[in-house]
Amino acid sequence: MNKNLISQAFLKSLPIMVGYLVIGFGFGILLRDAGYGLLWAIAMSLFIYAGSMQYVGVSLITAPATLFMTILTTFMINARHLFYSISMISRYKDAGKFKPYLIFALTDETYALVSDNKHPKGNDRYVFWFLISLFNHFYWILGTAFGSVFAKSLPFDTSGITFSMTAIFVAAYTEQWMAKKHRISAIIGILVTLLARIIFGSDMFLIPSMLVIAAILLLLRTKLSKGD
Amino acid sequence: MGFDMHASILIITMSVVTIALRFIPFIVFSGKKEIPKIVIYLGEVLPSAVIGMLVIYCLKDIDFSVTPYGSRELVATFIVVLTQILSRNSLLSILAGTISYMLFLNFL
Repeated sequence: MNKNLISQAFLKSLPIMVGYLVIGFGFGILLRDAGYGLLWAIAMSLFIYAGSMQYVGVSLITAPATLFMTILTTFMINARHLFYSISMISRYKDAGKFKPYLIFALTDETYALVSDNKHPKGNDRYVFWFLISLFNHFYWILGTAFGSVFAKSLPFDTSGITFSMTAIFVAAYTEQWMAKKHRISAIIGILVTLLARIIFGSDMFLIPSMLVIAAILLLLRTKLSKGD
Repeated sequence: MGFDMHASILIITMSVVTIALRFIPFIVFSGKKEIPKIVIYLGEVLPSAVIGMLVIYCLKDIDFSVTPYGSRELVATFIVVLTQILSRNSLLSILAGTISYMLFLNFL
């Protein structure tokens, strides 16, 4: 493995480094505040490695949620990964021994980095994509560990850090709205969940919301698939 | 606190479901098999709706009947939206909103 390839991959991963360290840091604090320390944080970041899912995961663990609720929630939040994978099938086809890890580590951000056409030629590209995936995973685990370790020694009160989870989704919502991506679907998501929250109360509304959202989206298929 | 078995089972579950979602397309559609249109459709429209659902999920515990009537959360949310519209930089918006919220909590 040549040094040039490593530095190329590192340079490409730099923009993700800042984001993963910061968001990971917030997650580490959140999990520590919920009563789960360093090993829990590292385990989640190592084995789940899905940012928004891990934030929601903290509330699933503390609730504590049922197994069924956890499966359904993880499925809904991470369903988009199906489509990252679908679009990478041909690209990763001949990746050989790197393939399992490349697939495992396909987060939103890594997908964004490896799905463009700027990569080395030949078999080097698989090493290149592998290194990018590995660097990103490492930043995420490192940020998480820092958050967990330094949660108690920060010179300010961290009790409001839970809002970072809200902020992540509000920012994502605003961004997809600005990009005009499936606005009708986005409105359905907000309205259905809001209604379910009012009708079912704050502990029971998530599953009905998911079912109704999926049902409405399927009913509107002919309308929405032409693009909204 | 002793070892939390339930939490570790939930973490393993989240991990397995997430890994399955990432691997299934490679296993199922790696041959010449056609990807069902309904799968592609859901993949396009579902994420936007789920993000909307998660926004409400995050704000679910606001109590509008006692002071400060959810004003901290709503103002911080508004700051995130505004920062995102102006900067289109998610990290900046997340930091602006979270820091504002922490300041509201500690000083207001």
